[in-house]
Amino acid sequence: MTMLSSKPFAWIAWVAQGLLYALFALGIATFSSWPHYRQLPAGQALIKLSFTHTGKRVADCVQRTPAELAKLSPNMRAPLQCPRERSPVIVEVDLDGTLAYRHVAEPSGLSRDGASTVYRRLQVPADQHRLAVRLKDNTRSAGFDYNRTETLTLKPGQILVIDFDAEKGQITFI
Amino acid sequence: MMSFLDATRNGGLLVYRRLEQLFDKPFDAALNPWRHLGALGFLFFWIIAVSGVYLYIVLDTSASGAYRSIDWLTHQQWYLGGVLRSLHRYAADAFIVVTLLHVLREFLLGHYSGFCRFSWLTGVPLLWFMYISGIEGFWLNWDSLGQFSAVATTEWLDSLGIFATPMTRNFLGNAAVNDRLFSLLVFIHIGVPLLLLFGLWFHIQRISHAGVFPPRPLALGTFASLLILALAVPVVSQAPADLAVVPGPLPLDWFYLFPHPLMYATSPGSVWALVVTATLLLFLLPFLPRPRGYAAQPIAQVHPSDCNGCRRCFDDCPYAAITMIPHPNGRMQLAEVIPDLCASCGICAGSCPSATPFRSVSDLVTGIDMPQLPIGALRQALQDQLDTLQGDNRIVVFGCDQGARMDTLAGKNVATISLICTGMLPPSFIEYALRYGAAGVLLTGCRPDGCAFRLGSRWTEERLHGTREPHLRASVDRLRICIAWADRGEEKTLHNALEDFRNRIAAHDHALI
Ligand code: HEM
Ligand code: SF4
Ligand code: SF4
Repeated sequence: MTMLSSKPFAWIAWVAQGLLYALFALGIATFSSWPHYRQLPAGQALIKLSFTHTGKRVADCVQRTPAELAKLSPNMRAPLQCPRERSPVIVEVDLDGTLAYRHVAEPSGLSRDGASTVYRRLQVPADQHRLAVRLKDNTRSAGFDYNRTETLTLKPGQILVIDFDAEKGQITFI
Repeated sequence: MMSFLDATRNGGLLVYRRLEQLFDKPFDAALNPWRHLGALGFLFFWIIAVSGVYLYIVLDTSASGAYRSIDWLTHQQWYLGGVLRSLHRYAADAFIVVTLLHVLREFLLGHYSGFCRFSWLTGVPLLWFMYISGIEGFWLNWDSLGQFSAVATTEWLDSLGIFATPMTRNFLGNAAVNDRLFSLLVFIHIGVPLLLLFGLWFHIQRISHAGVFPPRPLALGTFASLLILALAVPVVSQAPADLAVVPGPLPLDWFYLFPHPLMYATSPGSVWALVVTATLLLFLLPFLPRPRGYAAQPIAQVHPSDCNGCRRCFDDCPYAAITMIPHPNGRMQLAEVIPDLCASCGICAGSCPSATPFRSVSDLVTGIDMPQLPIGALRQALQDQLDTLQGDNRIVVFGCDQGARMDTLAGKNVATISLICTGMLPPSFIEYALRYGAAGVLLTGCRPDGCAFRLGSRWTEERLHGTREPHLRASVDRLRICIAWADRGEEKTLHNALEDFRNRIAAHDHALI
């Protein structure tokens, strides 16, 4: 029986195979590390504004009167009635005297009782900058509740993280 | 929409076939990598798994120790750990390449609907598993490349806004990256590949005799290329991660990490849109109306009175579409076709012992048969053609509807019979043709590793060589038989093969006189 497809291997076929294997390996090696990618252009720095912070309650707890309590079913008779809704957190960032970012972070959760979250990358030239950050977490207060202003020098490629430390009640620059 | 898809597919298939045939020359069809893409995927998976086990053993899974332990492998133990590290990375890259090509190939061949739907649908999640485990692998090393990828990925995930605490906060500063987080990353990097393995097992469930490992020479050649690459261009770490700075220019692995630059060039939302659309399209493709020319064909039909329960069709069906059930007569088994799985290829008809043209019944009914081309009608067609042949060196060509076209072969001394798949031919038909007037029988069809129905050409070869039932009887003169596989588009090769064969037979007969 003649099998047309099983022709004997010529040396040229071996060479061609070798070349094709080499081409395959070359392709893998190449795109495994080339072209180089530069996320941040030279001479730039990055400011990352990131925090999760739960705003203040929109209203104070109120004391229920005995009459009100009597109307509730026995297992619901808590003397304090606390609204669960939280204030949105408002943040503003000034860079060298001009407003660079403003965001109103709504509270999470269906009953708006969760934390507000902000994440923002600001790309700036590596240089000396005057940075002012303001944060407001209470709808009932006037103006911003927290402020921080600083002049700092950012090196090329440096990342400055602006966070909020709820325990200490302060805006942090790291 | 449909016709556009069809046109693109057919155009692409033409180009693809060209490329595949180009590789047939140096590699021979049997070793052509384009015909073993899925199997190569398995090979790369195993290379990744084995090298990964070693890396896991030596990896210090703490945030501060990971970088050091891998760097030690690369430099101090370059001959073993370093090579394995490079193999792990390069095999992962190659895995992506062959898998994407595998998907492209199956798409171009229209293997996404009908009887292929199961394989297609179970394939799609595998792509996700591959990318999840691959991308995350870069983080474990915790160099600046891993840092870049981790930050970019978490920014992308956070853009969904579904995490109570944003994932990015895990990578805000060096202090945030702790050992617990690292253990979680290691856990994912081992768990997802296990899911992938399970998914792969699922993926080939509906395929019998799946080629899950490439032919040995191809496997060796591929492994050797990766090994040489690993020695020549070892994979090295970038600077240790430092979350206080943005890494400078990075040698990116574009096979896995291309979504990151894409996200920074556009937006997280557009990368989500791309990924979700691509996934949905892949999932929906099998439910679009079937490509033209793939109109539903009648499926194989069992005739209980002629089935003796020999299980040959059960063994030969490429799509595991046959089960054996108790025969109504209570004494033996009976073949039963699962309609959804049947590809209407007819290969089962070629394996049935009752499908021999020598049976003296006038109405040839066989155990399992194709309603659109029953074995009885095939015998009739062969007889009719044999009767009309004229001249010397009469040749009968058996081919199939999927391989090289046979219309150009016709002549006064050539009879051509096209089957659904060449694997549908019971070998006794060859003997029959030779006994009743043919000087030679030429068999053609798709090349073995490109058979439209996977196993038709392979079973044909094995039946003719006597290693698979039903076999061609030993007494049949092998000099009068020629196998010339030719894919669609290789009509010229087929034509030349026929001329060659005819000349050889003429010389043979001349010598006999
Ligand atoms: C994770 C990587 C993958 C590997 C290692 C792999 C491997 C395989 C193997 C070994 C086969 C059997 C081939 C044969 O013996 O004929 C196969 C078949 C198939 N694969 Fe995959 N596969 C992968 C991913 C995919 C994906 C992502 C898709 C599509 C979305 C896909 C679609 C198919 C189809 C449609 C078949 C059936 C082919 C036929 O019926 O002839 N595969 N795959
Ligand atoms: S026609 Fe093909 S797919 Fe259907 S049962 Fe027969 S061998 Fe299996
Ligand atoms: S090959 Fe024929 S006889 Fe054997 S089990 Fe299948 S249908 Fe029945």
